[in-house]
Amino acid sequence: MTASHQSPADAPRTFDVRVLRQDGPGGASYWERHRVPYEHDMNVISVLQRIAAQSRSVEGDEVAPVAWECCCLEEVCGSCTMLVNGKVRQACTALVDRLLVDEPEGIELRPMGKFPVVRDLVVERQRMFRALEKVRAWIDVDGYYDAGPGPRQSPEDQEVAYPLSQCMSCGCCLEACPQYTKVELTRDPGESDADFQARQDQTYDSAFVGAHAISQAVLFNSHPTGTYNAGKRLDALTQEGGIQICGNAQNCVAVCPKEIPLTTSIAKAGRQTTWHQLKKWFDQ
Amino acid sequence: MAKQRVMVVGGGLAGLAATMKLAELGVAVDLMSLVPVKRSHSVCAQGGINAVNDQTRQLGDNEWKHLDDTVYGGDFLQHQPLVHEMTLWGPKVIDLMDRLGVRFNRTSEGFIDRRRFGGTLYKRTAFAGATTGQQLLYALDEQVRRWEVDGLVTKYEYWDFLGPILDEQGVCRGCVAQDLMSMEIRSFAADAVIVATGGCGLIYGRSTMSTVCTGSAASRCFQAGAKYANAEFIQVHPTAIPGADKLRLMSESARGEGGRVWVPRKPQDPRDPNQIPEADRYYFLEQRYPTYGNLVPRDIATREIFNVCVHEGLSVETDRQCVYLDLTHIDRRELDRKLGGILEIYEKFQGVDPRDVPMKIFPAVHYSMGGLWVDYERKADGRLVAGSPKNQVTNIPGLYAIGECDYQYHGANRLGANSLLSCIFSGLFVAPGVKSWLGTVPGGAAAEQPAKLFSDAHAAQKSRQDAIFKRPTSHDNPYDLHFNLGNVMTKAATVVRYNNNLREALQVVSDLAERANRASVVDRGDWTNQNVVFAKAFEDMLPVAKSILLGALQRDECRGAHFKPDFAPPGIDATEPAEKRRQAEAWCDKFEANNRQWLKTTVATCSPDGDPVLTYEAVDTTLVPPRPRLYGLVGAEAIEEVWKERARKKNQTPPPDSVVASM
Repeated sequence: MTASHQSPADAPRTFDVRVLRQDGPGGASYWERHRVPYEHDMNVISVLQRIAAQSRSVEGDEVAPVAWECCCLEEVCGSCTMLVNGKVRQACTALVDRLLVDEPEGIELRPMGKFPVVRDLVVERQRMFRALEKVRAWIDVDGYYDAGPGPRQSPEDQEVAYPLSQCMSCGCCLEACPQYTKVELTRDPGESDADFQARQDQTYDSAFVGAHAISQAVLFNSHPTGTYNAGKRLDALTQEGGIQICGNAQNCVAVCPKEIPLTTSIAKAGRQTTWHQLKKWFDQ
Repeated sequence: MAKQRVMVVGGGLAGLAATMKLAELGVAVDLMSLVPVKRSHSVCAQGGINAVNDQTRQLGDNEWKHLDDTVYGGDFLQHQPLVHEMTLWGPKVIDLMDRLGVRFNRTSEGFIDRRRFGGTLYKRTAFAGATTGQQLLYALDEQVRRWEVDGLVTKYEYWDFLGPILDEQGVCRGCVAQDLMSMEIRSFAADAVIVATGGCGLIYGRSTMSTVCTGSAASRCFQAGAKYANAEFIQVHPTAIPGADKLRLMSESARGEGGRVWVPRKPQDPRDPNQIPEADRYYFLEQRYPTYGNLVPRDIATREIFNVCVHEGLSVETDRQCVYLDLTHIDRRELDRKLGGILEIYEKFQGVDPRDVPMKIFPAVHYSMGGLWVDYERKADGRLVAGSPKNQVTNIPGLYAIGECDYQYHGANRLGANSLLSCIFSGLFVAPGVKSWLGTVPGGAAAEQPAKLFSDAHAAQKSRQDAIFKRPTSHDNPYDLHFNLGNVMTKAATVVRYNNNLREALQVVSDLAERANRASVVDRGDWTNQNVVFAKAFEDMLPVAKSILLGALQRDECRGAHFKPDFAPPGIDATEPAEKRRQAEAWCDKFEANNRQWLKTTVATCSPDGDPVLTYEAVDTTLVPPRPRLYGLVGAEAIEEVWKERARKKNQTPPPDSVVASM
């Protein structure tokens, strides 16, 4: 880990940022260059804030601020995923000093490629949340009235489960996955909100669910109450777009900012679905 | 009557808890949020959630003591029945979250592990690593997703709440909102609107809050006629990591797990901190507060850190203010297990491993104790009436507020790990009351109100935006103006407050408000226009900023997070017993006189020009009689003795023994 204060030997007065912009869904993308005054302790978020305040490209043209998503700025909300110098990551932990050491020419920002672009660096990641619905990533409690404490759990079980429960649905694992391909739908003329939503859900459900959702299924299957519905989750994982699509490239685990053992989860889910299928076959 | 629906605005802990409870009660909910709800600011809460538990009970703890710690820590500015109800619910809330699958840390026997937080002597705090807020939020998010699949909840993510819709009788009938992608402005009919939109840290520029915490939603209710209370009470957290874009929280749990705060005795000692021997270190919190040590309430820790840097010149660095927060004496594995999440944040942003090297930290704006004024209905025994439509309702019928954006529960200073509890509690507790309201709402369902009500509200918002687009190009833009606002607020209204600074700041903010009305936006497009969304949010920060400043200016006293050196009661310095006694009596007289004047809720209403008008309201302190907050004050024993005698004469129950013994 490089210290943020280990700035390049001779810190530049300014540096350039190349942003791949797109004005709206389906539109053409184009590069735009911005020049930003260097300050200590900058990250890509503060760079984008400066670009917004400047509203001028290197050529001096007045341009609309670059659109991007961010929220917590401490890598715990999952909002600010983008490609920084070609690598998928959270923009908030992308420290400028470190980036300039690696790439003195400047910084390049692109939107994620596996999700439809809404505008500039903003992408539509609803498909991730649909996948969580598909694998029933929740505990089926009876209700929210007082019913005493939950089941006791060993500290060892907690320590295995806790890392999986830190998944912030950022999408890095999906961007890096060769099997996860972009699904982009456009609304038909006259199609209602509900009809479009239904068509979108159906399309998402038939495409690959992705490492994050597989890992969440494993998390809930490991919970003492969650295990009651493990079969339903495993059924979901063996449907179209399920775990069988995984090609074991192992890119997901390499890019996960929370270092979640995604490939371990996928291996566990693989074993669980195999046993589940066999059991169903013998029970017939 | 048409089917009734409730609009919940904000999908953090409070909003999600309300949504799932309403759904369980069979009420259809629309849930609106600026971001996908899983990304709400609650994810940033780190340390844990407080509740009395089996272990603390056997050490003498009970819900009454949790109430006592909370109101004493909050300098008695809370309406106590609400706090009482919350502490009684505490253990049940933890049980519920446990059942929902939150992966709390466990003891070796499989029970939920606990740690100690500030302002208490009991280990009440349940935690899931150092990302407790994230873990709690995800459990609620999952439950709401379940209801979404069942069709009872409809989400509107990436929508900005623009304001409530009030009918001629002043009843809330829905809200206007804007799709942040298509920029469509739409009126939503709703039979009740629950605002759960969190704090307003962005008014200070940089804080520990997320970028969505502008306070604009609460401000839009305020400008529509809702009262805003105790605005001046802003918590400055003692320990944050300074940064260019954000001041990142370093949880109180770091101290709860044994972290020690210190500075070198020699100003700006250039030695590596690990090479500085014990004798050359000044553990100022432990020395000044032997009972609570590093876990004094936040307002006190913040002032001490500020003081040691600014007035005593003992900051660790020469060119910026910071002190050491030291964990290096604790076993690495233990640290990873209990604090992993926050240590990674420090490591990622500072490039230094806090397991090896003491962290450098400084206070930062963290939490808004104040917020939208809300009501409640109490019983004679000091509990609340469950299911009363008055609980959590603003002064606008049908408009509710919960979570950080209401003003309840924390008084003048919030105790660590009480916010997660207050958010989930108020979310769960509001639901049956809102259901009662639906049964009695006058004049039929919202969806059956005249169409003009909704089209007028829509038109007003549309013309507000059009007016911004039509402004001639100005050299002021909302981003620069916001930067100025952050500077002036941070200077005037954080740790230490002076009336002349506050007066100046009010003038500056009024000027900023005028400039904001002329500031132009570069982007005039109608697709994902973040520029105009921010311009509106910034404009709406200003009435709340003025309420903070005016509230602070008028409140000539010290209470919790609101500290004015010019009005701080000095300790007593006499050593001769009779004189000491006389001084203690005089101190207590002054304390009582001050409470008669200032133990009051500040209530702001917004005038049409955006300027707040303040009135003051009595506080319900009928459960725990207010007493002096004497943490570390010189002469505290003598004052306490006099105070107890007076309390006995008034037939007041003395405070619980363990708390008295600690002072």
